[in-house]
Amino acid sequence: MATASVASQSDAAHDHHDHEHHDNFITKYIFTTDHKMIGKQFLVTGIFWAIIGGLLSLIFRLQLGFPDMSLEWLRPILGGWITPDGALDPEFYLALVTMHGTIMVFFVLTAGLSGTFSNFLIPLQIGARDMASGFMNMLSYWFFFVSGVIMFVSLFIETGPAGGGWVVYPPLSALEQAIPGSGLGMTLWLISMTFFIASSLLGGINYITTVINLRTKGMSFSRLPLTIWAFFLTAVIGLLSFPVLFSAALLLVFDRSFGTSFYLSDIYIGGEALPNTGGSPVLYQHLFWFLGHPEVYIVLLPALGITSEVIATNARKPIFGYKAMIISMLGITILSFVVWAHHMFVSGLNPFLGSIFMFLTLIIAIPSAVKVFNYLTTLWRGNLIFTPGMLFSIGLVSFFISGGLTGIFLGNSAIDIQLHDTYFVVAHFHLVMGSASFFGLMAGVYHWFPKMFGRMMDARLGYVHFWATFIGVYLVFFPMHYIGIAGFPRRYYSWTGFEFSNMYTDLNLFVSVAAILTFGAQLIFLFNFFYSMYRGRVATLNPWRSNTLEWTTPLHPQHGNWPGEIPSVYRWPYDYSKPGAAEDYIPQTVPLSATPESNLPHEQELVKLEKEIIAEEEAVLVANESTNS
Amino acid sequence: MYGFLIAIGSLLLLSIIWMVYRIQTLVSVVKGSDKKIASSSNKINALMFIVFLVGAGGLMFWYSIKEFDNYQLPIASEHGEVTDQLFWITMAVTGFIFIVTHILLFWFPYKYQWKEGRKASFYPDNNKLEVIWTIVPAIVLTVLVIGGWRAWSDITAPAPENSHVVEILGYQFAWEVRYPGMDNTLGEHDYRLTSASNVSGVDFTDKNSLDDFMSPVVVIPKGEPVLFKIRARDVLHSVFAPHMRLKMDAVPGMPTRFWFTPTKTTEEMRRETGNEEFVYEIACTEICGRGHNAMRKEIRVVEPDEFRKWVSEQKPYIVNNPSLVENLPAELKELAEITISEHK
Repeated sequence: MATASVASQSDAAHDHHDHEHHDNFITKYIFTTDHKMIGKQFLVTGIFWAIIGGLLSLIFRLQLGFPDMSLEWLRPILGGWITPDGALDPEFYLALVTMHGTIMVFFVLTAGLSGTFSNFLIPLQIGARDMASGFMNMLSYWFFFVSGVIMFVSLFIETGPAGGGWVVYPPLSALEQAIPGSGLGMTLWLISMTFFIASSLLGGINYITTVINLRTKGMSFSRLPLTIWAFFLTAVIGLLSFPVLFSAALLLVFDRSFGTSFYLSDIYIGGEALPNTGGSPVLYQHLFWFLGHPEVYIVLLPALGITSEVIATNARKPIFGYKAMIISMLGITILSFVVWAHHMFVSGLNPFLGSIFMFLTLIIAIPSAVKVFNYLTTLWRGNLIFTPGMLFSIGLVSFFISGGLTGIFLGNSAIDIQLHDTYFVVAHFHLVMGSASFFGLMAGVYHWFPKMFGRMMDARLGYVHFWATFIGVYLVFFPMHYIGIAGFPRRYYSWTGFEFSNMYTDLNLFVSVAAILTFGAQLIFLFNFFYSMYRGRVATLNPWRSNTLEWTTPLHPQHGNWPGEIPSVYRWPYDYSKPGAAEDYIPQTVPLSATPESNLPHEQELVKLEKEIIAEEEAVLVANESTNS
Repeated sequence: MYGFLIAIGSLLLLSIIWMVYRIQTLVSVVKGSDKKIASSSNKINALMFIVFLVGAGGLMFWYSIKEFDNYQLPIASEHGEVTDQLFWITMAVTGFIFIVTHILLFWFPYKYQWKEGRKASFYPDNNKLEVIWTIVPAIVLTVLVIGGWRAWSDITAPAPENSHVVEILGYQFAWEVRYPGMDNTLGEHDYRLTSASNVSGVDFTDKNSLDDFMSPVVVIPKGEPVLFKIRARDVLHSVFAPHMRLKMDAVPGMPTRFWFTPTKTTEEMRRETGNEEFVYEIACTEICGRGHNAMRKEIRVVEPDEFRKWVSEQKPYIVNNPSLVENLPAELKELAEITISEHK
């Protein structure tokens, strides 16, 4: 069944491809339906947002590290948000924290990571001409773009952007009287997120459909690269959880604008008692974290998928425990939906529910541990080449361990009582989710840059970038554990008002300096990225000597990816350093029958089957030829 | 001034990057190293992992030991001893895994760095190994979870009958503290009754509220269970008493609670820490607006006798705010007036 449908699809796509040579600037670079260009659009937009998100964090790090410094020099940009005596306005501080979180989580690590690599790699690695629906894919990007424009505009309005934390808990986010950011800024946040959710769903449906339906001949699920497994499962998570965020946002819109009481009850604010009763702010938290927790895996899984691929390629060794990796990811996918309330242990949640969620949360640590051990075993007795992509992948594993282990503290409700909403949490998620995913993104960019732009990024600038960033990230986030254990609460403009937290000004200064330097190190990347795009060394067809399908395309693949037939796949993607083989890699397109010297016993069995299929295929081709002519 | 310095700094940084980039590109072209699979940088990167392991590891141990007394806040509650013990057990377990995995993660790159002519082992799976490292973490986690679950069940169990009740109401941006008075029963409240003179919205038609009193400081006795009844009247807040290892959100429309037993008086803690100024504090840990970082309340832990004496000296709130009971029904008003006259 699959054989027949794939064959006819590839023919249809091929015909279509032949007519597609008159792209103008707009259809090629702007309203493009080519998945590769859409991937690049997501990447460049993601980089733009990463810079914005990073700069916002530098402003509030200035406040935390140098509380007495005059920020008068920022007045040209921030205007009235700098108070007359040169300090940062506390409400704008909260808005900065909120926008930093929103931008980094959604625009950079969801759209910038998943959007870039799911789009770019899925068709290339499964052997498809394009996504199932190029048009929906284009819509996905432009919905994201509109969402970004709205969020960007909200940064400049008079009452400031949303300021209730990236989780925007009501009643704070529902009541304009509570904080000015909950006025127009919050409205724009909600509109922007609605567009973003639509974008994610359009993308996700496409990724899932493409992976299920458009795999080339021979590309069974058990031969998919782990990147594709990761993107596929990420899309499934997104498809199931983003609608819940939408419903949470919608109810919040009702509460804000139409006088309903989903989240509001018994509120006396600004000298008046509001009429709302019967609502529950905790309901919002349930709905939000039903997305919010899976969201962590939405940003992390693609990074882990990329890492699996990059580590295997550059260790010249099959990924250890391919099946275990898939099962772990499946386990994470399922469990990610049943752990959300661990963000709410001290929200007033029924303590019994707390116990249930503590058990479920610590179960999710098991597949994560398996993944770490498998990465380590993949490195063991490899033949390691430290490309920048490889370095970032190893860095990712380090962050995944460091940040993952602190999750065991926080998932334990008894320990969480003290640590909840302190800097310990900030350290935890910035390492395990923020930095790990960011490193996955970087690994992906360095690794697939040659396929994206046909040129190499400069490796040595990549090394410098890696070491500066790797050391920098640890210098920024590791000290936060100490501050967190000492009980410093999150989202504080200043800690000097309390006896217990009136210390560690030195450590906070250190963190701020480290953050500024780490941000500065990203300029190396920016230079390398944009310079190499035009002036980099021209890449070879398969620069990392990798097995996967994308390296069988031409240097600058056109829309349609392969000029002739789509190659068939005969083996899994991790035949690196196979005993008996001459080279230390065997691409997926090499039939088993061509490599009798390196076949394993069970593969030798398959050779016969494979020969039959090839013969059949040739017959079909001949028949096609004769009907065409 | 800063702007100028930063501009100069970034300019310098950019020119350095540019120069480094050009020089090394030319060098690599001359050497032909860009044609090789793994250049000499491979060795340097491999070595850097070891340098990082030793350097960062050393820094971590040095700072963790040096600063221990700083970040380890003294404990002042019974359950705090338990949760801190769990914290440090978890720290030992995860710390061990952290160190072992990182040694492997950084040592393997050095040990197995690219060598011309060597071939990596083809080692795609080993079910036995994988079963082992699924089951071992599962057992370790189960042990940790069970410890946590037992502590959590004890902490969240219903408060003992004899607990001293204190109501803490969060609002932008302060805490209001109410005591139930001699009857140890807080009067009812209704948010619609809130006013400048009735911050907590106490319903004075409930006779339990007549002897309720407010306090600028949370005063509690050492060694006896205390029950915090927590409310919020505008947005979410969260009561955080770091030395008590206590945290609970204050939710508008949904009262929450947390009970605990203080173990050290403020005086004892002052002696123990050698800090004459030491006070227990409550902070807010749920973002609530402009003054989020300024919601401070002091807790004073005293000996039980002193506590009883202090309670008996407090005047019911209505004594100084008689207007609140002016419009009560005759019977209650009489009761209120008796209460007021008793404390005059």
